[in-house]
Amino acid sequence: MTDIKIKITDREGVTHEIDAPTDMNMNLMEVVRSYELAPEGTIGICGGMAMCASCQCYVKSAHALPEKSDDEEAMLAEAFNVEDNSRLGCQLHITEDLNGLEVELAPEEV
Amino acid sequence: MIKTDILIIGAGPTGLFAVFEAGLLKLKCHLIDALPQPGGQCSEIYPKKPIYDIPGFPDILAGELVDNLMEQIKPFQPGFTLGERAETIDKLEDGTFVVTTNKGTVHSAPIVAIAGGLGSFEPRKPLLENISEFEDKGVAYIIKDPEIYRDKKVVIAGGGDSALDWSIFLAEVASEVTLVHRRNEFRGALDSVEKVQDLKNAGKINLITPAEIVALKGNERLEKVVIQRAGDNDNEISLAVDNFIPLFGLSPKLGPIADWGLQIEKNAIKVDNTLDYQTNIPGIYAIGDVNTYPGKLKLILCGFHEATLMCQSAYQRIFPDKKYVMKYTTVGGVTGFDGSKKEAPKAVVKAIE
Repeated sequence: MTDIKIKITDREGVTHEIDAPTDMNMNLMEVVRSYELAPEGTIGICGGMAMCASCQCYVKSAHALPEKSDDEEAMLAEAFNVEDNSRLGCQLHITEDLNGLEVELAPEEV
Repeated sequence: MIKTDILIIGAGPTGLFAVFEAGLLKLKCHLIDALPQPGGQCSEIYPKKPIYDIPGFPDILAGELVDNLMEQIKPFQPGFTLGERAETIDKLEDGTFVVTTNKGTVHSAPIVAIAGGLGSFEPRKPLLENISEFEDKGVAYIIKDPEIYRDKKVVIAGGGDSALDWSIFLAEVASEVTLVHRRNEFRGALDSVEKVQDLKNAGKINLITPAEIVALKGNERLEKVVIQRAGDNDNEISLAVDNFIPLFGLSPKLGPIADWGLQIEKNAIKVDNTLDYQTNIPGIYAIGDVNTYPGKLKLILCGFHEATLMCQSAYQRIFPDKKYVMKYTTVGGVTGFDGSKKEAPKAVVKAIE
């Protein structure tokens, strides 16, 4: 079992350095929820199908990330507050390659 | 005024199954939903996605599950108020509730079951600072009556099915249709994408991609939209329009239910999970994804269970003096309010000579 370190800046601007497991089939959105870094009901609304943008985050570190799927591209094209480094947390699978990842949660859509 | 026994707010899978369990107890149900069709998220967000954890179904598409539930509850003749959002609730002296929608439809029932999922689906509004000033003055998020766009200059934004379908439809109605999307690719039915391509080639749809609308201008009414092409911040396009229709899909909001005096925790309604999923207001229950209790899981199958126990408790509230013994459908069959009767075929009892 190996954990990796991830730095997540929440919507209030507070940065949390947390341990994320690589052996539990988790994605970044689920990690955020497990640590309750965003209120329940404001993140992961569609459950992780890339069908809402509630888990959008900005990737601050220079990690090589997996390519976006068509679904993720399409969803980000409809999302708000999108930047060049935007990704959907639910599409980022926690692997050892992501050790040291730094992300910031995008603002909640109101 | 619509009168019923159990008024269900939310016509997703949990709300629909509650109709069946109530029907077995001879209780009538009426459902309110903000969406124009039943099924909740299953119909609106992921109708074509397979679900693998519905007991007895190794896999079933979300849309099929809704179709099956509608078929299953048909004998119990549920009423529907669709396309309206439950807005206010009042408790009368006789203990019954009156629920009024945003369109003024009034419902009365002794029991209210909130099966609202993540809330009512509201259009996602683009983040343009003055957009609210132009709502109903040129800006609309939903097309109610396409005729109001006749001979108008219309700009549509979005990249999904509704943006494509309405661009196609309005190409024949409006004097000018411009479709703006942040990418060159559209996510929609292949037919619609090809149709928009044809209409673009024929000069009937003005397609601007990849681009987005960055500002709205006008006095009182919308007069212009400012469009920025991706990667080109210097050359903004100022387009004179009568109407701007952003179609960015829907997102759920707990909405007015949050102000009904119910205990809310983590954007969900607290209920008593040791008994019957009743809220802090006796007679109001919350079932399915909208509720929370220790160990809550937002699963359809959990919603079905919660709906079943809720109906038993509702029965006891409506008929406090009646003693009820649960009957299996294999024993009692299903007797619909429409006179239909489903029951197990009788076994033949006959001697073998």
